[in-house]
Amino acid sequence: MFKKILIANRGEIACRVIKTARKMGIQTVAIYSDADRQALHVQMADEAIHIGPPPANQSYIVIDKVMEAIRASGAEAVHPGYGFLSENAKFAEALDAEGVAFVGPPVKAIEAMGDKITSKKIAQEAGVSTVPGYMGLIEDADEAVKISNEIGYPVMIKASAGGGGKGMRIAWNDEEAREGFQSSKNEAANSFGDDRIFIEKFVTQPRHIEIQVLCDSHGNGIYLGERECSIQRRNQKVVEEAPSPFLDEATRKAMGEQAVALAKAVGYASAGTVEFIVDGSRNFYFLEMNTRLQVEHPVTELITGIDLVEQMIRVAKGEALTITQDDIKLTGWAIENRLYAEDPYRGFLPSIGRLTRYNPPAEVAAGPLLEQGKWQGDAPSGVNAVRNDTGVYEGGEISMYYDPMIAKLCTWAPTRAEAIEAMRVALDSFEVEGIGHNLPFLSAVMDHPKFVSGDMTTAFIAEEYPEGFEGVTLPGDDLRRIAAACAAMHRVGEIRRTRVSGRMDNHERKVGTDWAVTLQGERFDVVVDADPKGATIRFADGPALRVEGDWTPGRSLAQMTVDGSPLVLKVGKVSGGFRIRSRGADLKVHVRTPRQAELADLMPEKVPADTSKLLLCPMPGLIVKVDVAVGDEVQEGQALCTVEAMKMENILRAEKKGIVSKVNAAAGDSLAVDDVIMEFE
Amino acid sequence: MKDILTELETRRAEARLGGGQARIDAQHKRGKLTARERIELLLDEGSFEEFDMFVAHRCTDFGMEKQRPAGDGVVTGWGTINGRMVYVFSQDFTVFGGSLSETHAQKICKIMDMAMQNGAPVIGINDSGGARIQEGVASLAGYAEVFQRNIMASGVVPQISVIMGPCAGGAVYSPAMTDFIFMVRDTSYMFVTGPDVVKTVTNEVVTAEELGGASTHTKKSSVADGAFENDVEALAEVRRLVDFLPLNNREKPPVRPFFDEPDRVEASLDTLIPENANSPYDMKELIVKTADEGDFYEIQEDFAKNIITGFIRLEGQTVGVVANQPMVLAGCLDIDSSRKAARFVRFCDCFEIPILTFVDVPGFLPGTGQEYGGVIKHGAKLLFAYGEATVPKVTVITRKAYGGAYDVMASKHIRGDFNYAWPTAEIAVMGAKGATEIIHRADLGDAEKIAAHTRDYEDRFANPFVAAEKGFIDEVIMPHSTRRRVARAFASLRNKKLTNPWKKHDNIPL
Repeated sequence: MFKKILIANRGEIACRVIKTARKMGIQTVAIYSDADRQALHVQMADEAIHIGPPPANQSYIVIDKVMEAIRASGAEAVHPGYGFLSENAKFAEALDAEGVAFVGPPVKAIEAMGDKITSKKIAQEAGVSTVPGYMGLIEDADEAVKISNEIGYPVMIKASAGGGGKGMRIAWNDEEAREGFQSSKNEAANSFGDDRIFIEKFVTQPRHIEIQVLCDSHGNGIYLGERECSIQRRNQKVVEEAPSPFLDEATRKAMGEQAVALAKAVGYASAGTVEFIVDGSRNFYFLEMNTRLQVEHPVTELITGIDLVEQMIRVAKGEALTITQDDIKLTGWAIENRLYAEDPYRGFLPSIGRLTRYNPPAEVAAGPLLEQGKWQGDAPSGVNAVRNDTGVYEGGEISMYYDPMIAKLCTWAPTRAEAIEAMRVALDSFEVEGIGHNLPFLSAVMDHPKFVSGDMTTAFIAEEYPEGFEGVTLPGDDLRRIAAACAAMHRVGEIRRTRVSGRMDNHERKVGTDWAVTLQGERFDVVVDADPKGATIRFADGPALRVEGDWTPGRSLAQMTVDGSPLVLKVGKVSGGFRIRSRGADLKVHVRTPRQAELADLMPEKVPADTSKLLLCPMPGLIVKVDVAVGDEVQEGQALCTVEAMKMENILRAEKKGIVSKVNAAAGDSLAVDDVIMEFE
Repeated sequence: MKDILTELETRRAEARLGGGQARIDAQHKRGKLTARERIELLLDEGSFEEFDMFVAHRCTDFGMEKQRPAGDGVVTGWGTINGRMVYVFSQDFTVFGGSLSETHAQKICKIMDMAMQNGAPVIGINDSGGARIQEGVASLAGYAEVFQRNIMASGVVPQISVIMGPCAGGAVYSPAMTDFIFMVRDTSYMFVTGPDVVKTVTNEVVTAEELGGASTHTKKSSVADGAFENDVEALAEVRRLVDFLPLNNREKPPVRPFFDEPDRVEASLDTLIPENANSPYDMKELIVKTADEGDFYEIQEDFAKNIITGFIRLEGQTVGVVANQPMVLAGCLDIDSSRKAARFVRFCDCFEIPILTFVDVPGFLPGTGQEYGGVIKHGAKLLFAYGEATVPKVTVITRKAYGGAYDVMASKHIRGDFNYAWPTAEIAVMGAKGATEIIHRADLGDAEKIAAHTRDYEDRFANPFVAAEKGFIDEVIMPHSTRRRVARAFASLRNKKLTNPWKKHDNIPL
């Protein structure tokens, strides 16, 4: 085996590769930029080599610098992770030239799959199903109808020169095909001066499902089932799972075999992924092949028990696969949630800064990965697995230079429903403070009925959250459970307060049992019957709930059970109450005596200031340019000013028509979030 | 006999109604609670013992003798907050607009005298239109009697004012002399002269809210120490504050059971100081990670944000924290921050509350604005306050401690008990660049030489070891162990005894 391996990457994937290499007894070398001096992968590796300034194009993806690091360290092999140089044929060539093993496929496989048109052609030749279509020129409407029938409805009629939806028609029958052809052609001629038209299959209810393949350099190839990655936001995957809730055994087999056929056709030798688009009738079509380790590979590992990184390294060393297709069994269900440093309440804008708190849920080993002895964690064995692949730590810095993904949280359980439930609890237990992040959004997706039923398409996020994410409104049952927990917690806190020194003997405060809990605009009147093990919370208007847990005042995480099922709350302080975050909701909870509640009801509801006539700075940044002056009339969509944040220029536009009444910022000013840039009449 | 008992109940019921149901409803409509409701929320349930419920005014002018409501516009008495005794007065806006008469003032004076005698805090809830004009000078005399007691009680028992309605004219001077003032947003205001007079005299047009609302006094004037959303929240937070305070100046600060490890390690603090010496970081993270259970009660949060003041607990015991905030004005000292911190330090010293100081200070803010404003004397207040304080003082320098500001921030030389520094500390007369430009003035034209000199200076002085060699720093500590080190330091100082020389009182540069 290799003695030393260099990981040409950073973040969680570098850490992930280091773990397996260490387990295999291989020395590890990390590379790092100025921004990553203190990064986790640098701390974990046996040695670390500095390779330049923070921007990746001056460090991580500069082949010469990486090659220099390889020479300096004497590494015999390089694992490229994903992104960066992982699918760069020139890099693989450079390694070949120096006799360093590339932990990835041969150069020609990278090249063949790197080009969309070539890869589609190769796929067709290898008997892989591709999106049916007619690329030649179509003379008239009759021919269009004929071709449409050959492809099978629905079809998409597209202008060759088209773009932005212009000259595009979807046809479900002959009549629509005839009309669509004519109107597309006219529109194309008018818009682009080019009326060439082609037709391809329109994929309805598309789902993104991909096949993991694993090949060696001895001609062996297997597939390790599929991953469903339909939950995406602007082509960025957010939630993945394996297996897919949609595939049947026959489709899985067909897709798997075609994927292996394609891999073999290009002489593939490593782990790779063949991506398909699958329609509502389980027709599947080849999209592309990723010639690297995929971000979401852990879900495959969790259901197959195979450490893909280990396999990649063994294949790179020239070993033959010891696993056959018959060995591959898909056991249980795995779900991955990607934790991004993106603020879901601000249109998923990237968020940077110091992780003042980062406390992921404890990893729990379970499932096939544990049985195969491939588990990377060291936590005790449990029923459901929790795995967190991460590259950050509390006190670390999320910089503006790299991918905003900071962790991949996975759960595994015997069934999909249990895996989802385990994920909900794991998300609630994940503490991240200091930056904006998408944990609440992930929780919302885990509770979304469409996701829970498995009935989703790649349009899920766009369709279910058309206005973006505005937080979660919890159903009544959840509120009751949280109210019960908070009543029990409040009582503990109040009793502690009565134990302060200096009190009047024999005239101590007695903490009562009757409380009114208000949250999310609802009030629950409860009686708390406490005992040494917990408390029974009797509701005035419903059945009692039993709360148990070891929460003590000040703990930021309350891990409790309510009537036996887990409830995890992130607990913060707000004036006179708790700030509770759970299941994607962010609640102010007040627990008061009935009299306090009565008086609190007299307090006026204060409406937050009207900000509709203000332009607020959406992120911390520098004003580069102000485009309007006081008195200007602006139209909806008109550029008002440019804010530079994280080296990106963001143009802020008018949301509606108005007249500028005040400008508070000038070019060169540094602004914080929600600073008022300008005001309108 | 029965009738006599009933008579008492009838009279009590009458007194409890204050100015009557219609006025109570009007008070509620304004989003305000009544004087008695406020006391209910402030004190432990059922603990209130009232005094002078039947006191009525003695005014006979302007037909006042026809209206003599029991209680005379203020509810007074004592009760407990989490079992600890406090005295309280709460002005009743429903009775003559809460205006202060001779007898109203006498009621307040009575409980203040008892508070002094029995060693318990006084909490005043202010909601008053001002002097009872019908009583003329008798009302003014009443104010002055209260003022004199505020002065005598200062430093003997904690005094807290909660402004929950108008507080104008002479009335403001009673809260002004108490230890803490809290206000309620949108329903309270304080000013010496109201908007009408302002308009007549200066032609300035200003609303009551702009002139003396919670926002003005917490952000601009620093008259108030905090503001809350409504009466309920304000009173809950006053209860929380009282939990931190000793009952009087003869007692140690309170201790309560805590659920946190005194030797908790916070690895993340090792990366709190950014690599770039000019980058800011949030000092509050250090405070919160040092405190028991992350609980921090901030005082004057919205004023002079370049310094942070407030209370935490260490091993259950109250500690006052003063910390430079690098996020604002690089954490420098200036007129406002010096005043804010000086007053806080003196409060802690009055009431035997140990002081923890976190230092990252690049110096005093330069400029004509500061010099004309008298930064010399204001800065001296903080120096004076720290120097005269005899309570346990523990200081941790996290990064910069430059120039005179180093001396001011509870340095060893002004009787710091424990002076710790992080390895990232730079204790020097000034920043390396400035120092080099003075020491090597001759090389000023040569950028390369200056850069080399600057590096030399940094190597020699931009660290805690020069100060540690001289014993000005007792120990250089790891950031992650700050809580343990600081907690142990205070534990060792529990029996500290230090007295200043006898004097009538000092002459702090006011």
